[in-house]
Parts: sequence; structure tokens; C-alpha cells
Amino acid sequence: MAAEIDVRGVSLDFPLYHGNARSLKRTVFSTVSGRMGNDQKHRVVVQALRDVTFHLSSGDRLGLIGTNGAGKTTLLRTLAGIYEPLVGKVRVRGTLNALLDPQLGMNPELTGRENIALRGLYNGLDRPALRRLEEDVAEFAELDAFLDLPVRIYSSGMVVRLGFALATAIRPQVLLMDEWFLAGDAAFMEKARGRLEDMVRGADILVLSSHLTNVVLDWCSRVIWMDQGRIREDGSTREVLDRYAAHAASAGTLAAA
Amino acid sequence: MRTAARGAATLELTPEPTLAARQRMALRDLREAWALRRLCATLAWLDIKLRYRGSMLGPFWLTLSTAVMVAAMGGIYAALFHMNLRQYLPFLALSLVLWGYLSSLVNDGSAGFTAAEGMIRSVRMPFSLYGARIVLRNLIVLAHNLVVIVAVFAIYAIWPGTAGLLAVPGFALWLVDSLALAMMLGALCARFRDIPPIVGNVLQMMFFVTPVIWRPEMVGAGREWLLPFNPFYSTLEIVRAPLLGEVPDLATYASALFYALLLVALTWMLFVRVRGRIAFWV
Repeated sequence: MAAEIDVRGVSLDFPLYHGNARSLKRTVFSTVSGRMGNDQKHRVVVQALRDVTFHLSSGDRLGLIGTNGAGKTTLLRTLAGIYEPLVGKVRVRGTLNALLDPQLGMNPELTGRENIALRGLYNGLDRPALRRLEEDVAEFAELDAFLDLPVRIYSSGMVVRLGFALATAIRPQVLLMDEWFLAGDAAFMEKARGRLEDMVRGADILVLSSHLTNVVLDWCSRVIWMDQGRIREDGSTREVLDRYAAHAASAGTLAAA
Repeated sequence: MRTAARGAATLELTPEPTLAARQRMALRDLREAWALRRLCATLAWLDIKLRYRGSMLGPFWLTLSTAVMVAAMGGIYAALFHMNLRQYLPFLALSLVLWGYLSSLVNDGSAGFTAAEGMIRSVRMPFSLYGARIVLRNLIVLAHNLVVIVAVFAIYAIWPGTAGLLAVPGFALWLVDSLALAMMLGALCARFRDIPPIVGNVLQMMFFVTPVIWRPEMVGAGREWLLPFNPFYSTLEIVRAPLLGEVPDLATYASALFYALLLVALTWMLFVRVRGRIAFWV
């Protein structure tokens, strides 16, 4: 079955319920200026996505670019089915794997081995497959004796290695990836690259959110530029990246002047 | 590694905002949780293991503390109520263990979704799985505490007889109640952070108002008809009485069933309505 992603007219508001509403208001205001309002019930909401529409079919490699708070991660979470928007439709066909944060829902109190088992069960693996997953991850992440110790005591590098090995061990048709994934140290990235490229090539659809234009250039055939929750540009990698760079440069000179 | 088979079908992530579509989504949530039952069981088991990691007795600390509590309270209240221990202790052991299950289920349930925040935000998971995990976790605890009941029953040579079989349907109803309760409290407490302390207070009050440490007969002749209005009483009684060799009366069963239906109906309505919002609340 061919993989497919269909997003139509999706808008998503974040209600802010908790904490000191006023100070939170100010905090959020500084990062997402102009995108705050009150909804009908006078709750404070952040307009995280506004009328987002696009379609991806098998073979598409989409890059998401934009500044912090532009809505890239929210869009990925929406595609992953974690957030359900009240307006618009999202349809995803095919097995899906979302690599959203290094912890990937790992429980830091559990051992590496237990976390691997949980991930395997989540993906519906049977016992032999579970054992293979464990071996595969253990070998790549080079955790050795640490595998039976709680993830809490791992160094941050070990956590990234474990998260990475786990995430790349299970091959999906639709791969959603946030940029933290490419943020390992140089030696690790060297080793990780092959494995990651293997998975990216194996996936039918890739959606990658990144700040690093060279990564987007390498891997993506199409780029969506997100700005304040909206799609600002949607086109081929080269074109959109050029305009984004030009925009960033002009914004930079404005700031300098 | 070969591809995992999960979620191979089309995922309609955001259907029409009609009631029927929402109900379908809620049903799908339950179905998906059932498909992930092994994960759910593992999560529940790891919760217990984690709580007692590095301790020698492990989960049997629960058993020990229950035993100490039963012994201490048994001595004092048997004297206060002028009952002999043979009459009173089996009743108290059963009551305390069952109430302990209920109260820890309610407390766990209140924190259910908020405690799983990290997981909810990083992977798509059916929400009923979190509810089922809490129920399972508390069932494991209950199983450890059963040892105390068995011991007390053995000491006083008490055997419930065939009436004891009635505890089985009673407990089946408990399972349904438990899941509904965990889901409802989880959702409400994620949205309104003032609810957990309120729930704690209500539970504390019900412990004294409900015949848990005092026997139902003590309420006084002519006032027994009031008891089935208390959902905690009838729900407790349909499991406790059979295990003590007594058959609960019809009013008790009617009450337990009525409150269970009410709870399930309310939970379903709530869940259908808010399922898609929980991720924003935690």
C-alpha cells in the first residue's frame, strides 16, 4: 500500500490553562508575538497552526523550515496524531514513526533494556523480533553494561545514542523527524549517518523539520517554509531555501541597523 | 530489522466534528488499547517493579504494611466495638484490603494522564491504555495484599462456602468500574487541577461514612435501607459479603449496578467529548 499524507485546512490553537496566566502570557508573547488572542470563552490561546494545507504521496521528501515557534514541531506532532486539531482534516496512510524528541517517551527510571522492550511492544513486535531489536539497539548504541542500568544515570550522549538506535531500528513507511536527531557529536554523526540514510531511503515519505539548510538540501525534494503557524512558501528545495536565506539576511541587516 | 506492522491502515486523524465520528474515534481508542494489551501489562508491571527497585521485600512491603495495619486496627476496634477478633478481624482485613485498592486506584487515576505527560506528547497512544495501566497496576498490588486476607481467614478457619462464588461477578463489575473511574478522573484532573485534592477529601470522608471499619449492621435497626444509597457501600458489599459467606440483598446489587451504569455512561460521554483534547491539557 502506498503511503500518503493529506492535510487540509488545518488550524490548531493551544489553550493555555495552567500556571499564572499573566506571566505565562508575557512569556509566550515574546516568542510568538502577534499570535495570541482570546477565544470565545476568554481562554488564552496560542494560534499554533493556521489553515495549513498540503499533500504528500509516496516518494516525497518534505523539509520544514522556519524560525523557532513557527509551528514546525506542532505540525509534526499533528501529523503523528498526538494533537488533534479542531479545524481541518489530517489523514495519514502507512506505518508511521515519529522521532520528535531525544527521550522519545523513554522512562528515565527504567533501564535501557526495559525501554527497548516497551518500544518493541508499542510497535507490536513478537518475542523473537523483540530479542532482535534488543540486540540491534544494544550493539549500535554501545551501552554494554549500562543497558541494565536506569537511563537516568546515562550521559546525555548515551541517551541520544540509545534514542537514535531505538528510533532507527524500526522502519516505518512514513518518517517524521525533528532536528534534534541530527545534533549528535561529530564522531557519532559519522556512524549514525549510514544508518539514518538507510532508514530515510527506506521510508516512503519523509517529513523533516530542521534549521540546518545543508541537511534539508541533501535530503529533501520539497520545502515548506512555516511562519507564525502559516505556510509562507511551498516549493522546490532550492527556491524556497534561497528565499528563506534572503529573508533571514534582510531581517539580519534590519536588526543590525 | 523488519518493518513493524503497527498502524498499517489509514489513520483518519481528524474526522468530522460530529458526535458519531467522535464516538467512532473513542471506540477506536479502546480497540487500539486492546491491541496493545501486552504493552499495557508490561507498563503496569514495570510501575510496580520500579516502585520497589532495590528493596529486599519488593512489593511484599505492601503486604507487610497491610498486615500491620490490619493487626493494629483489628485490636483497637474490636475492643471499641465490643466484638471478638474471630468475628471482626476477617471482616476488617477484607474491608481494608478492598478499600485500599479503591483508594489507591482513585489517587492513581487522578494523576493518570498528567503523570504520563512525557509519553502522551511524544507518541500517539490510545488514552484508554493509560487508564487500563492504572487499573492493572492496582490489581497487582491487590494480589499482593490478598495474602493478608488468606492468612487471617486461615488463622480463624473461615471458609466462605458457595456464597463466595458470588464475589466473581461482583469483582467483574469492579473491573468495569475501575477502568471507567480511572479514565474519568484522569481526564477531569488533567483539565482542572483543583480536582485531585477534592477527590482526596471526598475519599477520606467516605472511608468513615461507609461501613469499612464498622459493620453495616451497626448503622442501627430501621436505618439499613439508607446504606444502598451510598455507592461505595453497595460496590464494596458485592465483593466483601460473599467472601464472608453472606449473600448481599437485592437492593445492594441494584444499587451497585445502577451506580456502575451511571459511572460508565458519564465516563463514556466525557471521553467521547474530550479525548482529542487531553494531549493539550497534560
